[in-house]
Amino acid sequence: MEMSKFIVQQMKDLGAEVCYHEFLPHSKHFHPLKFFTSMTNDLAVRPNGTYSNSGTNTIGIIRAPRGDGKEAIVLVTPYNPQRVQANEVLSLALGFSVFSLLSRAAWLSKDIVWLSADSQFGEYTAVSAWLNQYHNPMFVGGVKHEPDGIAEKAEFTDFKRAGTMAAALIFKVGETRNYGDRDSVTMYAEASNGQMPNLDLLNVVHYLAVHRQGFRVNIETISSLLSSAWLRAIAEVIHTLGSILRKINPDWKLDITASDYVEGTANLASSIYNQALGVPTGSHGAFRDYQVDAVSLEFSPTFYIRNENAKSSFLVRGGRLLEGVVRSVNNLLEKFHQSFFLYFLTAPSKFISVGVYMIPFALLVVPLPIVAAALADGGRKKGKSIDASKTKGSADNLQTEGGSWEWLQAARVLLVIQLWAVIVSLLPYYISQIPDGTPIQSSVIWVVLAILTLIVLYAMFGSPYSAGVEWKLLKATMITSISIGLGLMSIINFATAQLGALIVIPMCLFSRPLKAQLGLSFLPRTVLCASNILLAVFGFPPAALLIMKGLSKGSWTVDLGDFWASMEFLWEWSSATYLYLFLVHLPCWLLCIHVLLHPCRQVGSKVKRE
Amino acid sequence: MMPPSTARRLCFLSLLLLLLLLAAAASATADAAAAEEFTEELLLRPLPDRKALAHFHFRSSAPPASAAGRHHHLFPKAISQLVQKFHISELELSFTQGRWNYEQWGGYDPMSTNNAKPPGVELWAIFDLPLAEIDATWKNLTHTLSGLFCASINFLESSTAFSAPRWGFKLNEGNLRYGALPREAVCTENLTPWLKLLPCRDKAGIASLLYRPSVYKGYYHSQKLKLKSSQSLGIILDQTLTVVLQPNTVSGKQLHSTGGQLQPSWSMEHLFSKKLSGKCLVSKSSRVFVEIEKGIVDNVDKAGSDVSSNNDLFVLSTAPDRSLKELDNLEVQSSSLYEYDVNNYNSDKPLNVGITWKLPLIWSCTRAPYHASRFLMGSGNERGSIAMSFLSTGLDKQLVDSSNDCSIKAVVFQVVPWYVKVYYHSLEVFIDGNSKAISEVVDKIHVTPSEDKLLPGTMEMLLKFPCSMQLATLTLDFDKGFLHIDEYPPDANQGFDIPSALVSFPEFNSSRSYPEADPLFVSPLLENFKEDGVVKSYTEVLLVPLTTPDFSMPYNVITFTCTVLALYFGSLLNALRRRIGEEERGLKKAGILNKRGLIPLLIAKLRGQKVDPSESESTSPASLPRSKLLLKVVFVAVVAIVFHYLSNS
Repeated sequence: MEMSKFIVQQMKDLGAEVCYHEFLPHSKHFHPLKFFTSMTNDLAVRPNGTYSNSGTNTIGIIRAPRGDGKEAIVLVTPYNPQRVQANEVLSLALGFSVFSLLSRAAWLSKDIVWLSADSQFGEYTAVSAWLNQYHNPMFVGGVKHEPDGIAEKAEFTDFKRAGTMAAALIFKVGETRNYGDRDSVTMYAEASNGQMPNLDLLNVVHYLAVHRQGFRVNIETISSLLSSAWLRAIAEVIHTLGSILRKINPDWKLDITASDYVEGTANLASSIYNQALGVPTGSHGAFRDYQVDAVSLEFSPTFYIRNENAKSSFLVRGGRLLEGVVRSVNNLLEKFHQSFFLYFLTAPSKFISVGVYMIPFALLVVPLPIVAAALADGGRKKGKSIDASKTKGSADNLQTEGGSWEWLQAARVLLVIQLWAVIVSLLPYYISQIPDGTPIQSSVIWVVLAILTLIVLYAMFGSPYSAGVEWKLLKATMITSISIGLGLMSIINFATAQLGALIVIPMCLFSRPLKAQLGLSFLPRTVLCASNILLAVFGFPPAALLIMKGLSKGSWTVDLGDFWASMEFLWEWSSATYLYLFLVHLPCWLLCIHVLLHPCRQVGSKVKRE
Repeated sequence: MMPPSTARRLCFLSLLLLLLLLAAAASATADAAAAEEFTEELLLRPLPDRKALAHFHFRSSAPPASAAGRHHHLFPKAISQLVQKFHISELELSFTQGRWNYEQWGGYDPMSTNNAKPPGVELWAIFDLPLAEIDATWKNLTHTLSGLFCASINFLESSTAFSAPRWGFKLNEGNLRYGALPREAVCTENLTPWLKLLPCRDKAGIASLLYRPSVYKGYYHSQKLKLKSSQSLGIILDQTLTVVLQPNTVSGKQLHSTGGQLQPSWSMEHLFSKKLSGKCLVSKSSRVFVEIEKGIVDNVDKAGSDVSSNNDLFVLSTAPDRSLKELDNLEVQSSSLYEYDVNNYNSDKPLNVGITWKLPLIWSCTRAPYHASRFLMGSGNERGSIAMSFLSTGLDKQLVDSSNDCSIKAVVFQVVPWYVKVYYHSLEVFIDGNSKAISEVVDKIHVTPSEDKLLPGTMEMLLKFPCSMQLATLTLDFDKGFLHIDEYPPDANQGFDIPSALVSFPEFNSSRSYPEADPLFVSPLLENFKEDGVVKSYTEVLLVPLTTPDFSMPYNVITFTCTVLALYFGSLLNALRRRIGEEERGLKKAGILNKRGLIPLLIAKLRGQKVDPSESESTSPASLPRSKLLLKVVFVAVVAIVFHYLSNS
């Protein structure tokens, strides 16, 4: 409280408008009906009189002297007033120095809002609570009964606003990094569900940081990839190929150096992973929920934090960087251009645009409907030919008609499985209501309930085998559903769809019944069987999670609780990846298992019936 | 040839005629000079946040048109023509940059109610015309003003841009039109035509203080033109310029002035980088006032000294010619004015009024009963809400007894463009955190719903707030509309503006009267202060981001589609038109099969010549030239690559 009072006093001395914003920590929980909206709506309600457990954001607003107040730029410095660290103090100092400079700036045309966010419950909570109050205030029950002790505070509790937000910058000073020659800035940009801020904002930050202030700019990277030998080998091969091509035509700049290639790949992998996870990498995610472009900058100085000289030079350079970014955004007469939102970053200044990364995905997905059509058609033709050879006469017409409607059976199977998937995805809501459940218990309950539901559903609607669906039709239906699912997901979160396609599509295309007579020789058959089983194991979400964890951390302990925890993580952030996993991936996997275990009695039974 | 005598007579006659004409003209100008008047005044006032306010006021008046004919001595002809042509009985045009700070610079004085204007251009006019002709006249008027002031006022021509409020803005019989352009930028190109209307322009008199760099460096800049015309009074043209400036006393000190709360001492030279050297010679009166606010006067009283030009708290650099005291309804002195007659100063002895503070002083301006602000709620491209909040400033406690049934009236006037489709039924009122029924708060409401691409939505509302209220909020939901491609402005896409709403408090009057013994002392500036001034304040301009199509997208789509169509139709037509069997037969007959194109040949080569076995049989001698051709092609390619490699390395 002393800290925020001090900040308010400082802001007030600068002639800024000041206000406090109190908020309650938001307990996230899974609520199926409010999956995408739960983040925004239930924050503002607060019971009267409970001040012990609330956070206090401090907000200062500089009105642009000659501006019209339609737009605002937001600066955010998170700090924890309960336990203030030296680096947090430094980031507050940086924020204050920029703010005091801007309070004297005559060139401002957009208002400046400085939010020093109380991060004792996490920065995201503080920032999103403030944004929610800014955009969706509650007018009912918001009367402030201030304790009499803080009369001075009452003046500032009135929530103050500036216009539409143009951009937001979140900056903090991280831990001291002892290696490297230059202070570095790490940019975090991924918001929820793979949304990215406008690329121009990142470019401005990168340009000013590197070319003006001499910072080293990083983005998140998967460090295990940086040291991997096989990636380096690929990079060497590509480098050699590129240099040969370059000798032919010097205009072809294809010879990426091996280290660049490795670094770019590691960055790209991290970028795709963060987007696919659908969980914001920082409090900038809260801004993106309100269509505000925001980027987090984490400064990691190379000096020891108590070194006064280095600190002041750092303040000068960091302040100049922030001022430059604010100035660039301030001078914009228009919004950022609408087309630079879909991209993956391979380096702070390099990106892969949507036009490029869509192509592999399109190539993966486009064959699916064709394969499905071919399978369905092939299955029917086979049946027809059998019919034609075995039966002649009046029954012929009826039989062919029956054959053309056979896919309905397969569609019914698909519907039952989809229904099961929906139920499984909703189960955590009820399981999380159980008090004192450890993650392991919860996940065990989840799995058991899921299996039980499947059995019950099969008992009600009949299992796929009893209905006598041919496996090719089943596979065709599966492929159709997966192509629809992937198509939809690519609109919501492209990275998830792309990563998912890499697992799901081979799994679908390879799947054949283990008992099927294929007329192949022994070797291809075993290879096919083995790959089938391998893909089916790898495609099972918990198994995939375990393998991924094993690859990244090297710990191969089977822990069911981990699965529960990671799923909880996904739905807490209302990531669409959760929906994808349970509504697209899981039914597909189950259908694959069904195809694998298909008894292949179809033709025989038909013949017998005849 | 004329005889000399007749020539002399003609000469004499013409001379006589000329003399007569001259005499007539002289008498006419003498008449006009008696009636046409020009006065210039300047008011300076220190503001609580270390800034200073300068308010220029120029009044030109012309007698009724019948008396003077078409000729004017002082009055700008452009304006009198405008008044006559468009039958204007009242008009006000303001160009504003920056926002008036109602908290710091006052919200309850004639300055803020009359001269605080919304950012951009605001124009309203009352016409003395039959109702049916008004809209057409308004359109012509906007074009004329647009030409006169070098501004895009003509954008107000479209019926989507102006509205006809009945009582929310100003009480009228339907002959008032109101329009605002919040995005219009204000610059010297608007000031120059405004100055041209003055008889001395900015060459002499008070207007010569308008040094452009210092005027446009200010925090608030509002230039206004107000016309009043009637049969009995003639035309009265009031031109005002209100600027809020940061006195640049000591430039180095300004950087650190934020630390202490010390008021800067300033003079005219600090504000305008110029001193006043004499009046505009044709002006009837030329005065400079320094106004000392009630807050300072109270402080001076507290300090126990008399409010003179030299007291315990401050000293005015030049002794005033006269001092005036404002008396409010309780006969208590509230603010004081010091007057300087510019007549007494010339270029040898220029006027440089200034104020020097003896003690650091903190005071505050009187504020309006409620601080009105407006903001947008919601996010996304689909819908949102406009909220308007009224925060009590605590003034009501001083003025009105907080008995239970007392209430304060507020009038809200708001124009919303059609693409923000406001649902007026969704109006909700919250007072101090409780939802209230509309009927409890809204006394009277008049809504003109918007019509797509035709009419903006206009809302006039009379609200009644209980005196004990701290915070009231009104919300209105809206949907965001889609614009047709040619309705997007050609400018950069920043979003779309909702013009400022006007909130007025009819029970509060900000007029000030300065009782003066001297009946000869007439000051148009003070007359304006005395006029009925209902306390008004403008809210913020809002920026609504609308869905904006990517305008380069159609181009991409057109090029892609055309390419695909061309490829598709080309190949399809080719396939349909070609009769392959006949062609081959024909070719065989002609024996020119081996003169095929290069590419099919290459393809054939790549396929290992298995394309047409029958053909190879029949034309075995032809395979030799083909392989020769291929060899040639390969040779040329190799030579090209080698040449390229060598030339580049």
